[in-house]
Amino acid sequence: MSGMNTVELKLPAAKEHLARLKLGDVVYLTGRIFTAREGVYKRAVEDGAGLPASREEMGSANFHCSPAAAIEADGSYTVGAVTATASFRFNKWLDGWLKISGCNLIIGKGGMTSEIYKSKLVPNDAIYLTTVGYGTGALLGRGIRKVVAAHWVKELGLAQAIWVLDVERFGPFLVESDLEGNSLFERENAKIAANIEKLYAGTKPPTLARFGETDDKTDELI
Amino acid sequence: MIPMSVLQKTAEKLMAKAAIEIPEDYLGGLRACANTEKGDLSSFVIKAMLDNYDAAKEDARPMCGDTGTPRWYVKFGNEARVEGGPIALEAALRRATAKATHDVPLRPNRVHPLWRTDHNNNCGINAPEIEYAFHPDADWVDLTTVHKGGLFGSDYRMLFPSDGIDGIKRFYLDTLVAFGKRGLACQPAIVGVGLGGSKDTCMVLGKQAACLRTVGSRNPDPKIAALEEDLKTLGNSIGMGAMGFMGSSMVVDCHIEVGYCHTGGMPMSVHMFCLSSRRATARIFADGRVEYRTDPAWFTDYMRRSTVEWEKPDSKVAAE
Repeated sequence: MSGMNTVELKLPAAKEHLARLKLGDVVYLTGRIFTAREGVYKRAVEDGAGLPASREEMGSANFHCSPAAAIEADGSYTVGAVTATASFRFNKWLDGWLKISGCNLIIGKGGMTSEIYKSKLVPNDAIYLTTVGYGTGALLGRGIRKVVAAHWVKELGLAQAIWVLDVERFGPFLVESDLEGNSLFERENAKIAANIEKLYAGTKPPTLARFGETDDKTDELI
Repeated sequence: MIPMSVLQKTAEKLMAKAAIEIPEDYLGGLRACANTEKGDLSSFVIKAMLDNYDAAKEDARPMCGDTGTPRWYVKFGNEARVEGGPIALEAALRRATAKATHDVPLRPNRVHPLWRTDHNNNCGINAPEIEYAFHPDADWVDLTTVHKGGLFGSDYRMLFPSDGIDGIKRFYLDTLVAFGKRGLACQPAIVGVGLGGSKDTCMVLGKQAACLRTVGSRNPDPKIAALEEDLKTLGNSIGMGAMGFMGSSMVVDCHIEVGYCHTGGMPMSVHMFCLSSRRATARIFADGRVEYRTDPAWFTDYMRRSTVEWEKPDSKVAAE
């Protein structure tokens, strides 16, 4: 743990600052971020709704999350905790979304593949930060200074709405992809792979197989 | 007669407790992981989680922003009577769920599966789930709420007797490796294994084993208890720690529950209760007294009975 490098990043982040980040670095963010996930992507990209506010008002860091939050009767906001949701599901909208939003920072859970980073994030000068845990929702909640706006609440519900947040020393996050599109998770998976082979050595496949274990749907499973 | 106002108020308090306070038994288990974890990244993650539990408690905010899919487990003492009956109790639990979703606040996770309609209160068709059990010779009601995450870490498979214990271990590994990568299961987790029953029972037992037993508890069948230890060790020898980084912290504990099944099969389910193992229990007595605790004490000799008639185990009879 002593070897962990910690970086304070101001938002919006300049490309040269992103270029200095290495896989596994610990990052804290200060500035403006917003939440957006499948509901927003579908509406903005597929249905052609675009952005509900200007890029400047929304910020350039997209958090894959919905906060545990409530809107009070007087229109004010209460935000308790925030935690990311798994990002791999959002691949299909990613390129279109980056072009519309101009984001260069994606924050989420679990990352995506290096193939996606290289084809979608790298051309848009964007990197991926993963949340830690994945449950440091209370620590992240502490970093929120202000709820600037909540967009599309009526159309998408509280959980899918865009929450624009001003944050200070918001984190921790880990650098999962760099500007070259390398993935920290893939690096770790490769290290673990050899042991997994050993672990399964000598075990027999189950008596009844499943589709997925064979992709040939004309195969017998017994 | 237990007043409904007490039941509803207790239910509201349980919702907040589950979301905010990590149960002591899980915390102890995670600290044990922290002491043995050698991976840099995995250690960093566990340290951040321990800080996060403190922050949640200090600020009275949910420990995780994904506050799961709240559900209820109700255990009725055979002599317990609640004001308004079970229909009033179900209404009170739904009200408490909706109120806590706004007041804590919790994330309103529950939506219609097709139309994605969100009532912003975690209530809807068949939500929250309410499961029931009973207890002999008692006049109390136990309320337990569990807010388990809803997307990753569970699987079911029909195994057969010929697959044997090795087949159980293999499917267990399959599930842990599949959902452990990139930490989708939010490990280190309490892993629950359901063995036997019909398919639905198998899933229910495994989920209850993960969510309703405490870290360190063992199945009363000594051979199943030994298998629990084996599976715990096996899970922690994958080489995977928190977030799927290199390490040894995958399983905080493993719990197995069994049910009699079809003579030809050996169905199995695996469930992982995450780094924010949200559960809270209260016992409400006939006189309106309330005692809070973190051990649901769901699985009892009565719940695991295998005879036609209920007979108290000899040791219990002798002790009374």
